[in-house]
Amino acid sequence: MSSRRDFLKDAATGALVLGAQSKLGLAAMLDKKAEVSKSKVVVARDAALHGGDGKLDDKRVQALLDRAIATYTGHDKPVDAWKSIVPVGKVIGLKVNGLGGKGISTHPELVMAVCERLQQAGVKPGEIIVWERDARSLAACGLTVSTDPNRIRIYGNDVAGYEDEGVAFGSVANVKLAKILTRECAMVINLPILKDHELAGVTFSMKNMYGVVAKPNELHAGGCNPSVADLNCIPAIREKVRFTIGDAMSSVYNGGPGFHPEHLWQPNALIVGQDRVAVDHTAWQMIERKRAEVGMPTLEAANRPPRYIATAADQTHNLGVNDPQRIHLMEV
Amino acid sequence: MNYQLKLKWAIAAIVIVAVAASTGCKKKASDPFPATNAIAGWQKTSETRVFAAKDLWQYIDGDAEHYISAGVVTTSTSDYKYHGQLEATVDVYTMGDQAGARKILDGEQNNDAKTIQLGDAGVALAQSIIFRKGTALVRIVAYESAPDAQQALVALASGVEAKL
Repeated sequence: MSSRRDFLKDAATGALVLGAQSKLGLAAMLDKKAEVSKSKVVVARDAALHGGDGKLDDKRVQALLDRAIATYTGHDKPVDAWKSIVPVGKVIGLKVNGLGGKGISTHPELVMAVCERLQQAGVKPGEIIVWERDARSLAACGLTVSTDPNRIRIYGNDVAGYEDEGVAFGSVANVKLAKILTRECAMVINLPILKDHELAGVTFSMKNMYGVVAKPNELHAGGCNPSVADLNCIPAIREKVRFTIGDAMSSVYNGGPGFHPEHLWQPNALIVGQDRVAVDHTAWQMIERKRAEVGMPTLEAANRPPRYIATAADQTHNLGVNDPQRIHLMEV
Repeated sequence: MNYQLKLKWAIAAIVIVAVAASTGCKKKASDPFPATNAIAGWQKTSETRVFAAKDLWQYIDGDAEHYISAGVVTTSTSDYKYHGQLEATVDVYTMGDQAGARKILDGEQNNDAKTIQLGDAGVALAQSIIFRKGTALVRIVAYESAPDAQQALVALASGVEAKL
C-alpha cells in the first residue's frame, strides 16, 4: 500500500497509464517495469459521501471520482487525467449494473460524474453510451432511455440487440454478445456495483460482463467458475473493457445480488483500476472484512468463495493478478 | 324420475361450484396486488409482471436459482409508492408446495427479524416484510428507510395477504 503522494512521485516519472493513444502510453509504461509488474488499484473513500438524508451528495461523488482518477493516473487536473484514459473521437461505453433494482444499482451520481469528465476530456456527448441489459435495469440506476445521437445515449441491449453468431472461450460456448459492445463501443469503462452474490460469492468488475450476453443464466454452474473468467477472455470483452470505476458507495454484504436492505452498508468508496482481477480481489476483501465485522462467516465458510477470481489470474486466462503481493493498492 | 331430477341438480351444482372455484382461483392467483389506495397511502406504480420459473432469471438473475431450487412455479411483481415518496416492490412467488415457501422463508431468518402474524408465518425487518401463505411466498422491500416504513409495509403486506 502506498500514499497518494508516493504514487504521484512515481507517476511523475511516467509509470502509468491506459490506452494506445495516451501521451504516456505503452512505451512509458514499459520503462518502469518494476512498477507495472504490480497492478495498481485505487480505493478512494469519503465518509461524508452520504448526506444526513441518506442520499448521495453529487458534488462529493464528483470530488471522490476526481481524487481516485488523479491518484491512478498521476494527473491532478481531471481533464489531463481523463485524456490519458480515453481515446479521442471514439465511442466510449459505460457498462452500469442495475440488476439488483433501485436499492443496489450503479448510482446515477457516479454515471453523471464520469460523463461530465469524459466530455471535458473531449468526448462528444453522442460518443458516450451508458448501457445495461434493458430499460428496466437502466431505470434501476436512475437513468432514462435516450437514443438521441447528439446527446449522451442511454439504452440497453433490448434496444440494440445481440449478435446472431455466438462466440466461445473455454466453458463459455456460443454466447451472443451485445451489439453495443461489438459494434458501437471502441472502449468500455466498467461501472459495476459491489455486491455479495448467492452463486458467485462476489459480483463486481468481471461478473458485470454477464450483462453483455443474451442468456447470462446459462453461465451460473459451479459458482460461475470458470464462466466469469472464460467470458472475460472473449476478445471483444478482454480488449474493449479496459478500465473499471467500481461503485462501492453502497453495497450488500449478504443476500445478493438482489437488494436486501438488512444487509446494506455504505463503504463510501470507489475502486478503480485497469486490472479487472486485482480490482475484483480488492473488492472481495472489502466484502470479507464487512462480513467479519458483523460476525458472518467468510464466503469460503459459506461455501461460495469467488473462485473465478483465481481462475482469471491463472496461466490459461491471464486476465490480471490476484496475489496481494502483486497488487499496488493505494487507499486515499 | 325423481332420482334423475336430483342427479341433474347435483351435477349442475357441482359444475357451478367448480366454475366458481376455478374463476375465483384464477382471479386470486393472477391479482394478489392491491390497487391504488386500496391500502391507505399506497399507490400501485407499475403493471404487474409475471415470470415463469424458466424465465425468472430475466427478473432476478443470480437469485433465480434460489427460488427454482425451492420449486417456484411463477413469480409476480409490482412496484408501489407510499404517499408519493417511499418506493417499494412486492414480489409474490407461487411455489409448487408449502414446503418450498417454508424453505425460502426459513432462509430469511436473521437476528434482526421480528416475527409477525401474517399468513401462515412471517418476519419483518426495518425495510422489508416476508411472509408465506399456502404455496405463496411474499417479499416486500422498501428502497429507503423511513420512520413509518415498517408500519406502512405491514399495512401493504396485510392487503396482499387478504387477496391471496
